[in-house]
Amino acid sequence: MERQDYERLRWRCIRRALLELDITLTRFLDDGFDQLTEEEQAAFVDLVALEDHDLWYLISGKEECNEDEARFVPVVEKLRKCSVRLAG
Amino acid sequence: MSIPVLKFDAVIVGAGGAGLRSAIQLSEAGLKTAVLSKVFPTRSHTVAAQGGVAASLGNSEEDHWHWHMYDTVKGSDWLGDQDAIEFMVRKANECVVELEHYGMPFDRTDDGKIYQRPFGGHMSNFGEKPVRRSCAAADRTGHAMLHAMYQRNVKANTQFFVEWMALDLIRDAEGHVVGVTAMEMETGQVVIFHTRATIFATGGAGRIYYSSTNAFINTGDGLGMAARAGIPLEDMEFWQFHPTGVAGAGVLITEGVRGEGGILRNANKERFMERYAPNAKDLASRDVVSRAMTTEINEGRGCGVNKDYVLLDITHLDPNTIMKRLPGIREIGLQFAGVDCIKEPLPVVPTCHYQMGGIPTHYSGRVVTPQNGDYNAVVPGFYAAGECACASVHGANRLGTNSLLDLLVFGKSAGDSAVEDLKAGKAHRELPKDAAEQSLARISAIDNRKGGANVHETRLAMQRTMQNHAGVFRFGDMLKSGVEKILEVEKAARELEIKDKSMAWNTARTEALEMENLIEVAKATMLSAEARKESRGAHVRDDAPDTPEFPNGRNDAEWLKHTLFNPVDNSITYKPVNMQPLTVEPIALKTRSY
Ligand SMILES: Cc1cc2nc3c(=O)[nH]c(=O)nc-3n(C[C@H](O)[C@H](O)[C@H](O)COP(=O)(O)OP(=O)(O)OC[C@H]3O[C@@H](n4cnc5c(N)ncnc54)[C@H](O)[C@@H]3O)c2cc1C
Repeated sequence: MERQDYERLRWRCIRRALLELDITLTRFLDDGFDQLTEEEQAAFVDLVALEDHDLWYLISGKEECNEDEARFVPVVEKLRKCSVRLAG
Repeated sequence: MSIPVLKFDAVIVGAGGAGLRSAIQLSEAGLKTAVLSKVFPTRSHTVAAQGGVAASLGNSEEDHWHWHMYDTVKGSDWLGDQDAIEFMVRKANECVVELEHYGMPFDRTDDGKIYQRPFGGHMSNFGEKPVRRSCAAADRTGHAMLHAMYQRNVKANTQFFVEWMALDLIRDAEGHVVGVTAMEMETGQVVIFHTRATIFATGGAGRIYYSSTNAFINTGDGLGMAARAGIPLEDMEFWQFHPTGVAGAGVLITEGVRGEGGILRNANKERFMERYAPNAKDLASRDVVSRAMTTEINEGRGCGVNKDYVLLDITHLDPNTIMKRLPGIREIGLQFAGVDCIKEPLPVVPTCHYQMGGIPTHYSGRVVTPQNGDYNAVVPGFYAAGECACASVHGANRLGTNSLLDLLVFGKSAGDSAVEDLKAGKAHRELPKDAAEQSLARISAIDNRKGGANVHETRLAMQRTMQNHAGVFRFGDMLKSGVEKILEVEKAARELEIKDKSMAWNTARTEALEMENLIEVAKATMLSAEARKESRGAHVRDDAPDTPEFPNGRNDAEWLKHTLFNPVDNSITYKPVNMQPLTVEPIALKTRSY
């Protein structure tokens, strides 16, 4: 990813409406994002464009991706794991 | 270097509830209005508000604005200005109904009225019994509010500048505010917004504390800008803490967990609340619980390697009850503490939640500052609303659901006042020659400094200092040493260095600029707190205890006054509290007890 695109994405991850997302997405950028495939990185960019509550419900497992969000599934899986593993 | 100038009738800094509400007034009055925001409007922190907005609609049971007024004055521990409080509670119904007309999907009763639920501190008949006064939209009140108001602004042709950061207030030689400088993040370009009216609605600054329920965006930019422009900050010692934030993360654990039977325990597994509040125990009020937790930690009975948190235990509850009655809690424990609360207790600490102080305003939304013996001289061209402003309705302690009301009422009145002032004529005043100088100098210093301080480390030093020295329960000697420490941190914050020098999307630079705002707020808080030698509302000092002479440690004879912290020379002055409501009898001083 180009520096500029990454920095834009970074801003949109570290300045959310919900603290839950600030923390989770910052962690993921620092540890996890690099390991995504190019396709997954593109999905991640679209995923973080979701409204805060919707995104938080996906990451916290309260909701699942619907059919037209299938490409989010692998990224959401990784986000869920990342938050749990890094916590504490 | 020539800096582009954009001319507007009005610029509003902030697109949360307060900013969007005032923009509607200006745009619908046909004025050319710009709204600046660090993030897309519906990603402002107002989104996080779930509890609701207070209004004495009386839909669910009898209610009256006068009762709401009483609760707010009492909640404020009599530090709130009674004119502003009467103004707010009387406007509440109108503002909530307007919001309904903008399309806000409030929860409804069976007969189609706005449904209302109870919330702590809101009572009927002057403190007699709880009343249902909070209006909500499921668990998305703040979010739905922003959506409705954003759409209304789009219709009214408000011009949004999204992912722009305002940097400094521009004042001319006579002290009039004539605009702001701002940076477009995508290009790094600095631009002047030349205006006839400038409204600040930049939200809170909860990130000055290590443990905060506030999102990372709450860096107090409006307060920093006002401070750099020589405007004093009011009542900054008053911060509301929530007893149960997840230790280390800050994420809020709702009061409902203790309501369902959650128990607080110290390192010895003792249910310590039995000692502090034998009757209410874990269900005692927020401040009592927070203070007890702090005492346990201070006396060495905290948990973990650093003994710096206590435990919230719900392992004795039926897992089905936890899943059904406390949705989301298990996920929060797993994600932010690495703990499954069904099997293990959750680590919690009292956590900073809401800023009662801010930029001093009149209830018309106009910013006021002491001048030639007048405590409340208007700063022409300058308005503020929402959490960054201090009207002052929350005084020493805010009631839940009153802040969403604050941003609706004062967002609207700031907008109305600006419209009124602009309609009264007056062209754009001339821009000072050096209008962008301060901002450019700040940026260039950050960009070019070698051997300066690291932003992340400086922020952490500030946050730890604030948490340890000016937390929920305060000690005279700790405040004194806190003043020294925060002034040390300030030195570092004035000497920040960044590695990335790029123009476009330089988040390191943005965070450095935010840090320069945070430190203004932190300093104002520490010095104001050290100076106030009584306990009142959220400001509780160990050396101002509850005595028969001074119930709850409150000393009205000496301290019934607002703090004004002057950032230019770190001096403090005081101004009287307005005890005179607009139309009703004053609510007389009384001991605040629930
Ligand atoms: C978890 C949580 C729950 C809450 N629940 C409730 C509740 O149920 N009821 C209630 O009444 N209150 C609640 N509150 C408090 C309430 O949500 C806030 O006080 C209120 O939303 C603040 O609104 P605002 O418009 O002042 O600021 P915000 O909504 O924070 O908006 C600030 C705006 O300013 C912009 N901004 C800031 N600095 C700059 C800059 N330099 N340049 C450009 N733009 C800038 C931001 O981008 C943003 O658009 C809660 C608070 C928290 C943390």
